[in-house]
Amino acid sequence: MATAVIAVLTAMFANMVMTNKVFNWSFMLDNMFNAPVLEGVRTTLLMTIEAMILGVGIGIVLAVMRLSPNPIVNGAAWLYVWFFRAIPRYVLLTVCGGLGIFYSTYRIGVPFGSQLASLLGLSSDLSILSLNGNQIARGFVAGLLGLALSEGAYMAEIVRAGIASVDTGQQEAASALGMSRMLTMRRIVLPQAMRIIVPPTGNETIAMLKDTSLLLAIPVTNELFFQTQAIGNRTFQIVPMLMAALLWYLALSSVLMVGQFFLEKRFARGFDQRQARLKIMQVESEHGAGAM
Amino acid sequence: MVRAEQIYKSFGHVEVLRGIDLEVAPGEVFCIVGPSGSGKSTFLRCINHLEKIDAGRLYVDGDLVGYKQRGDRLHEQRERDVCAQRRDIGMVFQRFNLFPHLSALENVMEAPIRVRKESRAVAQEQAVRLLDRVGLADRRAMYPSQLSGGQQQRVAIARALAMQPKLMLFDEPTSALDPELVGEVLDVMRGLAEEGMTMVVVTHEMGFAREVGDALVFMDEGVVVEAGKPREVLSNPRHRRTQAFLSKVL
Repeated sequence: MATAVIAVLTAMFANMVMTNKVFNWSFMLDNMFNAPVLEGVRTTLLMTIEAMILGVGIGIVLAVMRLSPNPIVNGAAWLYVWFFRAIPRYVLLTVCGGLGIFYSTYRIGVPFGSQLASLLGLSSDLSILSLNGNQIARGFVAGLLGLALSEGAYMAEIVRAGIASVDTGQQEAASALGMSRMLTMRRIVLPQAMRIIVPPTGNETIAMLKDTSLLLAIPVTNELFFQTQAIGNRTFQIVPMLMAALLWYLALSSVLMVGQFFLEKRFARGFDQRQARLKIMQVESEHGAGAM
Repeated sequence: MVRAEQIYKSFGHVEVLRGIDLEVAPGEVFCIVGPSGSGKSTFLRCINHLEKIDAGRLYVDGDLVGYKQRGDRLHEQRERDVCAQRRDIGMVFQRFNLFPHLSALENVMEAPIRVRKESRAVAQEQAVRLLDRVGLADRRAMYPSQLSGGQQQRVAIARALAMQPKLMLFDEPTSALDPELVGEVLDVMRGLAEEGMTMVVVTHEMGFAREVGDALVFMDEGVVVEAGKPREVLSNPRHRRTQAFLSKVL
């Protein structure tokens, strides 16, 4: 009965999709592989990868800060995570797109450089690098900034869970050997935390791929969704180009999902194999059940 | 080698150590026995500053552990100095605490390379020698999960020795082992004692304490109840609490 209902509904849906002229499938096929759309796919993939790399980096730093005995360091990390988890990505990206409005120039140099310089009677403002606000706030860099800052907050929680999963005896053993806190983290704790960190990071990567469509808020003009929208608006073929975007995201996400499947399987297998080998050894050896 | 003067330590409202005094001579095998919860493991962990003491003075090789004295006041040491002090004190844990993502050989090489900044070749040569010495020459490439408990504990001893410590701490090294694996670990420790290593051993192995130990203290409820030569304390305990404990374990 249920199968029949599903079959009928599927047939109706297929009929609607094939016969409704609004979809204009031939237009979609003609346009979904043209140069601007492929450029959009490239930008989207680059953005995903770069935002994730930065996000993971920020996340690791924050997670280590959260575990610091120093309450100021720990509190700063908490504040960061609270702030960036509490605001929607779309809003954050809009703010990043407007960075040129807050200040027209961004200087990188000595803190309070211009005040310090006037105090010392120097004409320079002690800045090393000076950036035009409207230039950096335009497009890719602003989008990357927004996505990476936001992702850092989520990754911090994931990394923290990974670190917490490592037995405290590991840190004690490393300390007893004279290893410092940072060295212990880098060489002993984080490598073991990876098994817990990798699977959710795969999910985050897929979510990031989809969230690049939010870059419309900045806007990033050479990104996939912007490109397909632009073509749709220009040619009045809105629905075919929406379908093109939808299929592209479907395809790219699927590729990432397959990658994630194998990554997770690999990690699980490594663990299972060791357990299995241990069992074989236990059976073979005279010692019987050696303690794990 | 180790001198403890009136060591106090509390966890919250629970006083775990209530005025421990003892002295370990260089080259001595010093055994600490007592019922669980008597504070013996906590005291051992104070010796390399894994636990902070609340009051008293603790010296290793003449230096205060974890603190610096300026005038009359004690200041807590910086992390770098604490690490430097721990390098010279090896520790073996009840649950081995080997690094599971590293092979046996890498476990032994890790600290010499990263902490003492030795070259990979030198560290590897030493690690091979140490694993050979604890009878695991053929297990170098194995990961901890592929080793039996006794083998893991012997790798842990080799790992501690790789830092060439002047003092070794053993925290119930055989308590997590199946009975038939205890002997191989005790054999390694006996060999170490014969070579003159200073060892502080928290243990329930009274046979080992009697045979290898040079000195022994019985601890209960955070104080040293009785101290002396292992043979004397174990055969003729003077204190009632010692007698009660030994009648249960021997």
